[in-house]
Amino acid sequence: MTAPQVELKNMTKRFGANLALNNVSLLIRSGTVHALLGENGAGKSTLVKCLVGFYHPDDGHIQVDGREHRLNSPKDADALGIGMVYQHFTLVPSMTVAQNLVVSGARLPAYINWQSELKRLAEVTKKLPFHVPLDVRVSQLSAGEKQKAEIVKQLYLGRKLLILDEPTSVLTPAEADEVLGYVRSLTRAGELSAVLISHKFHEVRRYADDVTVLRRGASVRTGAVANLSDDALAEAMIGEPVSKAVQHAPKLPPKSNIVLSMKQVSVNGDNGLPAVKDLSLEVREGEIVGIAGVSGNGQLELVETLMGQRDRSGAIAVSGVAFNGTRREIARLGVYGLPQEPLKNACIDRMSLAENLALRNFDRAPLCRGIAMNYGALTEQAAKLVKQFRVKAPGLTASMSALSGGNVQRAVLARELTQNVRLLIASNPTFGLDFVACEETYRRIVEARNGGAAVLLISEDLDELLGLVDRILVMSAGRIVHEVSADGADKRVIGKYMAGMKAA
Amino acid sequence: MDVTSIGWLTLPLAILGGAIRVSTPFIFVSIGELITEKSGRINLGLEGTLMLGAMAGYGVSYLSGSPWLGVLAAGLAGTTFGLLHGLLCSVKRVNDTAIGISLIVLGTGLAFFFGKPLIEPKAPALPSISLGFWSSMPQVRAALDVNALFFVGILLAFAVYVFLNRTGWGLMLRTVGDSEDAARALGFSVLRVRILATMAGGFLAGIGGSFLSLSYPGSWSEGLSSGQGIMAVALVIFARWRSINALGASLLFGGAGALGPALQGVGVTGYYYLFNAAPYILTLAIMVASTSRAAPFADAPGELKLHR
Ligand SMILES: Nc1ncnc2c1ncn2[C@@H]1O[C@H](COP(=O)(O)OP(=O)(O)OP(=O)(O)O)[C@@H](O)[C@H]1O
Ligand SMILES: [Mg+2]
Repeated sequence: MTAPQVELKNMTKRFGANLALNNVSLLIRSGTVHALLGENGAGKSTLVKCLVGFYHPDDGHIQVDGREHRLNSPKDADALGIGMVYQHFTLVPSMTVAQNLVVSGARLPAYINWQSELKRLAEVTKKLPFHVPLDVRVSQLSAGEKQKAEIVKQLYLGRKLLILDEPTSVLTPAEADEVLGYVRSLTRAGELSAVLISHKFHEVRRYADDVTVLRRGASVRTGAVANLSDDALAEAMIGEPVSKAVQHAPKLPPKSNIVLSMKQVSVNGDNGLPAVKDLSLEVREGEIVGIAGVSGNGQLELVETLMGQRDRSGAIAVSGVAFNGTRREIARLGVYGLPQEPLKNACIDRMSLAENLALRNFDRAPLCRGIAMNYGALTEQAAKLVKQFRVKAPGLTASMSALSGGNVQRAVLARELTQNVRLLIASNPTFGLDFVACEETYRRIVEARNGGAAVLLISEDLDELLGLVDRILVMSAGRIVHEVSADGADKRVIGKYMAGMKAA
Repeated sequence: MDVTSIGWLTLPLAILGGAIRVSTPFIFVSIGELITEKSGRINLGLEGTLMLGAMAGYGVSYLSGSPWLGVLAAGLAGTTFGLLHGLLCSVKRVNDTAIGISLIVLGTGLAFFFGKPLIEPKAPALPSISLGFWSSMPQVRAALDVNALFFVGILLAFAVYVFLNRTGWGLMLRTVGDSEDAARALGFSVLRVRILATMAGGFLAGIGGSFLSLSYPGSWSEGLSSGQGIMAVALVIFARWRSINALGASLLFGGAGALGPALQGVGVTGYYYLFNAAPYILTLAIMVASTSRAAPFADAPGELKLHR
């Protein structure tokens, strides 16, 4: 057996006045998968970052196989065979996957002969059950591919303890199964111990042996997964019994006027090849249209085009007016969105939370008077939004990058949904959200719809789509290949179209 | 004008010779700046480093009698300035752009101050290699009389290419410059790498400066640099952060800079000042023409930000 047993004892970590970890202890048994559950901002990422030496705990010990270790930097963790896939990617965007693998090795090579190095890397990665291209720049990979590249990197480095911080939030269920199934098989074989952070109970149930629940920085429940019911876990997470019946507002039939109309829109991807091909669609007032599809089939480009971030050919109109995504059009026509990777695509990470919350309306009264900003009103608005959407943050002036992953998402949601929304474009809006926040997001999207907004919802989660939308379009290879109303939808048929098969 | 048999060759030869001469300091300064920027920092102070290098190089060459010792001294002076920039910028909330600009003033000031006694004396100049030996024509010989540092510069561009793409340290440098989070997750010391990269950049800029004072005919004066240190920053962007491109860009820039004098040499004297503006117009034109939204700056270091 080579899989280590790792024990964290009485870990405490403060960020200023904010107690992120409060005396947390955790035992990762050799050859097991230990799951960490907890609401957004509970301290899961902070705990594991202490375990890899990225953060230094204010208090606490780390023992590996009974021996005490001080981890001053990720290099120390690396030497112990401890590695982590971070929640926010830590691959170097301008380098290829192969270069990323080489630079992460324990010893930096003096001279690299790429020909033999590539051959060796291909050799090593061939044994893994999933593949990423080695000679492509990371910046050109889709989110799912980046995640797989991160995991390939850790496995390539021969980890003994592998930490996965929400690895599946950008993977399709099939990919998640591939990745976690492989990790699972390695732990079973006694080659690896693992920590899995996830918001998905079914994943925890399926792939983890033990589970620990964190709430507000404290460990509130721990035990074998088999001995704990979903309800017990959920209750431990939020600290009160969960109300079972989630009340979605009743759906009303959509109105007849068309809000979004796209006609024969074609868009090129970053590589210059067409990513969206001749796509036409319409979304009506009071309707949620879902776009299903495996990531990398043009959804990202479609969303970026709608948000005015990409050149295109073809016509896009909102409420009958041609739309090119200028700031004035966005405000006048009420086009708002929840993009993927919100910290990168919808926020300015070095600006404060309050400023980020004002990005949509800082140039309008009451936030600005003439040419002067009114910081009082800006703070007031931020305080209101933070309260209303329960964004947990160290403070309104904290930089956006200090927020936990899920809370970045909530902040963006708060900013976008409190505008006068006529058209909402949501791309995987619940990636990385805990189940309470998920429900909340669903509720708010349905509310926006019932308020008369047209909603275009792009998601890789078929269950999420089927639960929310009125109509589903399936996107494959840049085209809409199938359309069905939500009532008559058959998951198997949709799945086949998603996989690119013509006839069902 | 009487057209001799060499006449049609004069203009291109003059441009070529000028290009080689003018481009040499550009090669060193821009590749130095490229290394610094690849670490995620920008050093706008290379103009000051250049002047300091020119002065130190000339002074040491004069005192020691060896121009190569002068080049080394210029590099070391530049390294010191790089270290200063690197250390100052490592203090929290200190902005690298502002420090860079103050170092221009400091470097130029120091160079002028210590350079006062160097205006008169004659220091030994760097050797040049005559590539025009085969020709009996003096124009050809003059144009192909190439300073040794130019060859060093060419080697440097390729060496830096190999360093950035084929060595572990090069990859580490790029990691630090592209994503601080990634670098920290890998346990690299971001500050140390940045300081070293700024020192390396200063070293090369210092050498670039020594070329100004130590190449034929060789003299020190306060008007030696005409903004090469600042143009180098634009050159790096123009070269898309690739060292081989930087070499090409420097040559192109040198050629454009030699256009005015070369035309004057063959008797075209009108529009002299307009032709002297050629490098700047050329840069603008190429920059505009080569930018495209579809192919963004793939090699631009992600951590390169104006405010920090
Ligand atoms: N670098 C930092 N500076 C200040 N506060 C921080 C920093 N990193 C995290 N925090 C705070 O610590 C708390 C715990 O954050 P953490 O990222 O560990 O949450 P999490 O459980 O991983 O949440 P999520 O599920 O949303 O990823 C949060 O309140 C967060 O705002
Ligand atoms: Mg987290």
